[in-house]
Amino acid sequence: MRLFEYQGKDLFSQYGIRIPTSYVAESLEEARKSASKLGYPVVLKSQLSVGGRGKAGAILKCNNEGELAGKFSYLLTKAVNGELPRGILVEEMVEIKKEFYLSLFLDRTKRSYSLLVSTEGGIDIEKAGNKTILNVPIDGISNQDAEDLGLQLGMSGNLLISFEDFAIKLSKLMVEKEAELAEVNPAALLNDGSLIALDAKVIIDDNSLFRHPELRKFQHVSELESQAEKSGFSLVELEGDIAIIGNGAGLVMSTLDMVSEAGGKAGAFLDFGGSATTQTIYEAIKVISKIKRIEAVVVNLFGGIVKTNLVAQAIVDAYKNNLINVPVFARISGAESDRAKDLLMGSQAKLFDSIEDAITSAVDTVKED
Amino acid sequence: MSNNFDLFDILIGKQNDSDYKKKPVIIQGITGSFGSTHTRLMKAYGTNIIAGVTPGKGGQRFEDIPVFDSVKDAIRKTGAKISGMFVPAPYFLDAALEAIDNGIKLLIAIPEHVPIRDSIKVYEYAKSAGARMIGPNTPGVIVPQVMKVGIMPGSPFKEGSTVVFSRSGTLMYEVSYHLTQAGFGQKLCLGIGGDPINGTNLIEALDMVRHRNDVESAVIVGEIGGDAEERLADYLIETRFSKPVVAYIAGMSAPKEKRMGHAGAIIYGSYGSAESKVKHFAKAGVAVAKSPAQIPKMLANRTH
Repeated sequence: MRLFEYQGKDLFSQYGIRIPTSYVAESLEEARKSASKLGYPVVLKSQLSVGGRGKAGAILKCNNEGELAGKFSYLLTKAVNGELPRGILVEEMVEIKKEFYLSLFLDRTKRSYSLLVSTEGGIDIEKAGNKTILNVPIDGISNQDAEDLGLQLGMSGNLLISFEDFAIKLSKLMVEKEAELAEVNPAALLNDGSLIALDAKVIIDDNSLFRHPELRKFQHVSELESQAEKSGFSLVELEGDIAIIGNGAGLVMSTLDMVSEAGGKAGAFLDFGGSATTQTIYEAIKVISKIKRIEAVVVNLFGGIVKTNLVAQAIVDAYKNNLINVPVFARISGAESDRAKDLLMGSQAKLFDSIEDAITSAVDTVKED
Repeated sequence: MSNNFDLFDILIGKQNDSDYKKKPVIIQGITGSFGSTHTRLMKAYGTNIIAGVTPGKGGQRFEDIPVFDSVKDAIRKTGAKISGMFVPAPYFLDAALEAIDNGIKLLIAIPEHVPIRDSIKVYEYAKSAGARMIGPNTPGVIVPQVMKVGIMPGSPFKEGSTVVFSRSGTLMYEVSYHLTQAGFGQKLCLGIGGDPINGTNLIEALDMVRHRNDVESAVIVGEIGGDAEERLADYLIETRFSKPVVAYIAGMSAPKEKRMGHAGAIIYGSYGSAESKVKHFAKAGVAVAKSPAQIPKMLANRTH
């Protein structure tokens, strides 16, 4: 779960990490009130769950009330990587002496956590200089390690003390909230020698949420995603018109790639997991049926343990109950596949022996329309 | 990387062992719906399941297998070193630590949705105890026509001399099915797991079989997210691995910053992208197939 900046900052402030004063505004009226409370100039920041906001121009400085309406509505309707913002953060402008980059992250290769710090913040970290990386034990960074790191980066005096404090608090947050990532880019040094988090990028381990009821308020899933989740499915909405349903994330991804290779465009990725019963498949089709742009459904199911006739029954039921009226192209390998074929005879669903054939047929059909 | 862990030694043993190919296995979570279904299937496949563990259900029997309250009781008489773990994710950490404390050397961790911190703790604890975890979020391991510990169907697999290491479950079945159809049987198929943290990564998996004479080639089924494939490619180059390797990467067309079903299948920037993996494999001389069905053909080109 990737938190929006304002949510990440909410966590930061719970852990005593200093943040600028800010308010989320969803309407111009709210923005106007917030800005006059803060006093101009203010910074307007799109709240997005995808990266690349700065480069896309979705952070704007607003010098006076005259500029607010134009800039605010520009940001509110500006999509970044296909995503519209969930509100605009109106933030006080702070005077900065120097910027830093701090990132605590899960290091998959080392199978532990790492802290990456650079004394050149605010830019692309890959291009930043004076970088140091530190192994972080599972229970977090120690005061000594934080101090040593600061010294290595050439810090001293008040800055060193502020840095140590900042790193320890960030680490505590990561450990206690089970974050995969807690990144601050930039952290800014203020004139009074303290460090302040100007941005917050926090990703929480979804699988740990059962231990964190307090974080549930940060969840921002669409109605469709939440319906899929309840059924135990993984759903990713995409921009094309072919829905792909299958058992197993890898298999569905692989099918997605083959659809794309064949010139088709996937509109949904749905992995219904290991339990392929008539009911789960029916539920999966139900989820897909809510996505209006879908013109064909490709089902790729590697059976074995799964009884394929149960899957076929779900497709038959879905047509009978007018859940869908688009063609289904299915490859179902596994037990009872002859019975599955018999069941689907005469419906809009076609069974194929190979997934390649199913995909070719689906892509051709969609193109003809 | 550790070379001292012989997976085959633990899974099937040596030819003169009295229990060669019949090594005892315990199942943690044997009475759950998932655990019980697959215990039946594993037993039918030839796995020597000698005990099960479900706290509170000690004294019962399932399919003639005795059920115990604790791992300690389950292995006391049997000396099992392998545990197939079918416990739900929230209980996985405790169950895994208990298994390691009581002498289990190979944990096959089936559950999906294990929190990352729990996986790291188990990985570290296993390492310190000389044990090994496969998974979590793995379909398990299968030595075709001998035994399996996991949830894979038996039908796609056939005994032979290639190995399949896969980050995905169903794709492991799919790829093995195509291999079997084309006459490439498998010595071992192992699911690395779909999570960001793998108890046994691709390099360690390869290490466990690299010196075996009865392994002639390897098939790697990777996917977007992380850099396990890149590391493996570098490792193949560094160690001059000479046996044919064919790879497949799922998620070539996946969008960035979207988790594609597996917790570990997510691209951030260029980190975890399929292009990066393909590029590294190409450098290591590994052929990358465009679809699972292409794999046997590519393997044939490299083995003949």
